Amino acid sequence: MSHETLTTLLWLAPLPPILAFAVIALFTNRYRQTSSTIAVLAMIASLVMSFIVFFSVWQMKDLGKKPIGGQIGWLPTGETVLNIGVVVDPLGATFLFMVPLACTLIFIYSIGYMSADPRYTRFFAYLSLFAGSMMGLVVSDNLLTLFIFWELMGFCSYSLIGFFYQKPSAYKAAVKAFMTTRVGDMLLLLGMVYLYAQTGTLNFHAILHNEEVLKELAATPAVLGLGISAAGLIAILIFGGTVGKSAQWPLHVWLPDAMEGPTPVSAMIHAATMVSAGIFMLLRFFPLLLAAGEHSAAFTIVGLIGAFTAFLGATIAVAQYDIKRVLAFSTISQLGFMVAAVGIGAYVAAAFHLLTHAFFKALLFLASGSVIHGMEHGHHHVSHAHHSGHEGHSAHGHAPHGEHADPTGDDAHAFDPQDMRNMGGLRARMPITFVTFLIGGLALAGFPFITAGFWSKDEIFADAYYHGLVKGDGLATLVFLVLVASALLTAFYTMRQIAMTFLGQPRTEAAAHATESVPSMTFPLIVLAVFALFIGFINIPKDFPIFGALMGDGAFWLKNFIASMLLEKPEPLAFNIVPVLFSIGVALGGLALGWLVYARHPLQAGQTDPVEKLPVFDFLHHRWYWDELYRKIFINPLQAIADNYSRVVDKGVIDRILEGGYALGARVTQGFAEFDRVVITGFSDAVGRFFRSLGDWGRELQTGQVQNYLLSGLIMVIAILAFFLFLFQ
Amino acid sequence: MQNLLNGIPLWWYLVVSAALFCIGLYGVLARKNAIALLMGVELMLNAANINLLAFWRYLTPASSGGLAFAAFVLVIAAAEAAVGLALIISVYRITRSIDPEKLDQMKL
Repeated sequence: MSHETLTTLLWLAPLPPILAFAVIALFTNRYRQTSSTIAVLAMIASLVMSFIVFFSVWQMKDLGKKPIGGQIGWLPTGETVLNIGVVVDPLGATFLFMVPLACTLIFIYSIGYMSADPRYTRFFAYLSLFAGSMMGLVVSDNLLTLFIFWELMGFCSYSLIGFFYQKPSAYKAAVKAFMTTRVGDMLLLLGMVYLYAQTGTLNFHAILHNEEVLKELAATPAVLGLGISAAGLIAILIFGGTVGKSAQWPLHVWLPDAMEGPTPVSAMIHAATMVSAGIFMLLRFFPLLLAAGEHSAAFTIVGLIGAFTAFLGATIAVAQYDIKRVLAFSTISQLGFMVAAVGIGAYVAAAFHLLTHAFFKALLFLASGSVIHGMEHGHHHVSHAHHSGHEGHSAHGHAPHGEHADPTGDDAHAFDPQDMRNMGGLRARMPITFVTFLIGGLALAGFPFITAGFWSKDEIFADAYYHGLVKGDGLATLVFLVLVASALLTAFYTMRQIAMTFLGQPRTEAAAHATESVPSMTFPLIVLAVFALFIGFINIPKDFPIFGALMGDGAFWLKNFIASMLLEKPEPLAFNIVPVLFSIGVALGGLALGWLVYARHPLQAGQTDPVEKLPVFDFLHHRWYWDELYRKIFINPLQAIADNYSRVVDKGVIDRILEGGYALGARVTQGFAEFDRVVITGFSDAVGRFFRSLGDWGRELQTGQVQNYLLSGLIMVIAILAFFLFLFQ
Repeated sequence: MQNLLNGIPLWWYLVVSAALFCIGLYGVLARKNAIALLMGVELMLNAANINLLAFWRYLTPASSGGLAFAAFVLVIAAAEAAVGLALIISVYRITRSIDPEKLDQMKL
C-alpha cells in the first residue's frame, strides 16, 4: 500500500470514535440501541483502518528511521509555522494494533455490562471520545497534539470515573483523578515549553531522531543550574507527565479511587488508554533520556520511582478485599515494572510488557466486571426470593449494578458485590469468567512459558540482571531485586484473588446464586484471553531454549521492530539462564504460596483472611497511609490556607476595600448630585426663568391697542435715529 | 414771491412743520377718540407735506418732484381718511364705542 494511502488512513483512524461522540451527544442520545451501535461501529472502523496500517508496516525494517506520516501547517508562530501531523513508527504501530483492539472489545463488553444503566448513551459517548483521544495520541507526530489528546483523555477519565455522580465517592474520585494528574500535566507542560524554547520544534522525529539536536540538548546546561543538562531536565519534566498519567508514586493515589467508575472504564483506563498513554510518551522520549546520559539523574529518577512504585503497588494489593482494587494496585505495580525497565534502559522490554499487560489487565478487569455482574444477579435473585415484589428492578428484569448507585436500592448499600469476602465458589457458577480470569491472572503472575506475562516480565528481568549483576550497575541491581520481590508478591496476590473469588464454597447467598454473564460480555473475555496467552510469542529471545527455535524467524520480532526507533541499536543480550530461573521461580513460588494459604483450604464463610494476621496488615490495607499523609501535608494545610485566605484576605481586605470603595463612590455620587442640582439644573432653570420673564414682558407689550403700538414704533424710530446719528456723526 | 423767499428762511418752515408733526403725534398717541386720532394722522401728513414743499421750493425749484410727492401724499391721505372713517363707523356699529383703548380685539 502506498505511503499516501497509509498517511490518509492515519489521519482518519482517530476520527470515527470522535465523530461517534459528537453524533451520540448531539443527535442520538435518546436512542440507546442506536447510540451503542454507532459507538461500536465507529470503533470497528477505527480498528480496521489501524489494522490496515499495522499490517502494511509491520515488516518494514527501517520504519524507525523513516517513519510514514504527513504534516500540515497549523499554527503560525511569527515567521515560522507550527506543523502538526500524523506518523506511524514501530512504537506507534504496536499501539495501533493494541489500542483499537482492546477498545473494541471493551465497547462490545459495555453493551452487556451497561445495559441496565439509565445513562447508557452518555456512557458510550464518553467512551468513544476516550478511545478517539487515545488513537489521536498514538498517531500524533508532535508533542503539542499529543498533549491536546492527553488532556482530552484527562477530561474523559474525569467524566467517566465520576459517571455515577450521585455517589459522593464517585465524584470525589473524579476530582481526585483530575487534580492529581494535573500536577503531572503541569510538569509535562513545563517540559514541553522548555523543549520548544530550546529546539524550536515539537516534532518527535525532528527532535528525537536528530543527533545534532540531541547532542546540543545534552551539552546545554539546564536553566536552573541543577548540574544536569537541558536534555535531562526536559526528560525529567516530561516524565512528570508520565508519573501523573501512569499513576506512579507519588501521584499514584488517584488510580485505585478511579475504580468508582463503571468497570469497562476501569479496563479502558488500566489497559488501552489513560495509563498506557503515560508509558507511551515515556517510551517516545526514550532517545532524550539516552541523550541525557546513561547514568544521568534522569535515568536514576525514572528507575527509582518505577521500582518503588512496583513494590508499593504489589504490597498494597496483597491486603485489599475489593476485587477491582486489587487489580488497580496491581496495575500501579505493573506500570512500575515498565517505568523501572525504562529507567535501566530496557526500552523494548518496557514496550513489550505494556503490550502484554494491556491485554491481560483488560481481561482481568472485564472478568472482574463479569464477576460483579454475576454477584449482583445472585444478590438480586436472593432478595427477590426473600421479599417478593421488591422494588428496584429495571426494565431488563434484574437489579441495576451496585456500582450504578441506585438511590432507592436500600440493599445495594448494605451488600458489596465487589468484596471478595462475599464471593467464593464462583468457578462452578461462572465457568467462562473463571477460565478467562484464571488465564489473565496467570499471565499477570507470569506463569512460565504459556502466558504472555511471563515473556514480557522475563524480558525486563533479563535486562535488569544483565545491566545490574553482570555489568555491575547499582541502579539496575536494585531494580532487579525489587522487581523480583514485587513479582513474587504479584503471583501471591493473584492466587489469593483467584482462590477467594472462584474456589471453595460460596460464602454468601448471592455468590451461591450468581449467574454467568451474557455473550456480549463473555465474547470479549475469550478474545482477550487468547491474546493474554499468545501475544508474548512475538518477542521470545532467539536463543531461548526450545521456544526460540520453535518461533524461528518470528522470534524477537518486536525487539528488532521497536528497537529500530533508536539511533543506536542496543546490543542483543546473550541468553542467560539466571534471570529466567528467577522469573520462573518467583512466579511459581508466589502462586504456590498463594495456593498453600488460600486454595488448599479455601476460606469458609465468616473466617478471617490469613493476611490479617500479618503485623503489617493495617499498614498495607490502608495503602501505606499515603492518602492520609497527603491529607495531612497537602490537603489540610491548603484548606487551612484557603480558609484563612477567605477570612483574612477576602473578608478582611478585599471586602474592606470594596466597602471603602463603595462609601467613596457614594460620596462622589452625592457630590455630583449636588453639582447637578446647583449648577446644571440651576443654570438651565435660570435660563428658562429668564426667557419666561422676557416672554411675560413681551406679552405685556401685546396690548392690542393701536396707540401702544404706535408709541413703541415711535420709540423704535427715535432709537434708530439716535443710533445712526451716533454712528455717522 | 421772491421777497417772501428772501424774507423767510427755510428753517421757519421746518419749525412750523415739526410743531405741526408733534401736535399730530400727540393727537395720535393721546386722544380718546378714534376720529381725533385720524385727524392727528392728517396733521402729521400735512407736516410732511410742508417739509416736502419747503425743501422743493428752497433747494430744487427747477424740478417738480416736491409738488408731485405732495400731491401723492394728499391723495393717499384722502384715501386713508375714507378707509379710516369707514373702519371707525364699522367698529362703532359693533362695539358702540370709538375709544381706541377699548379696541383690543387684536390682542393675542
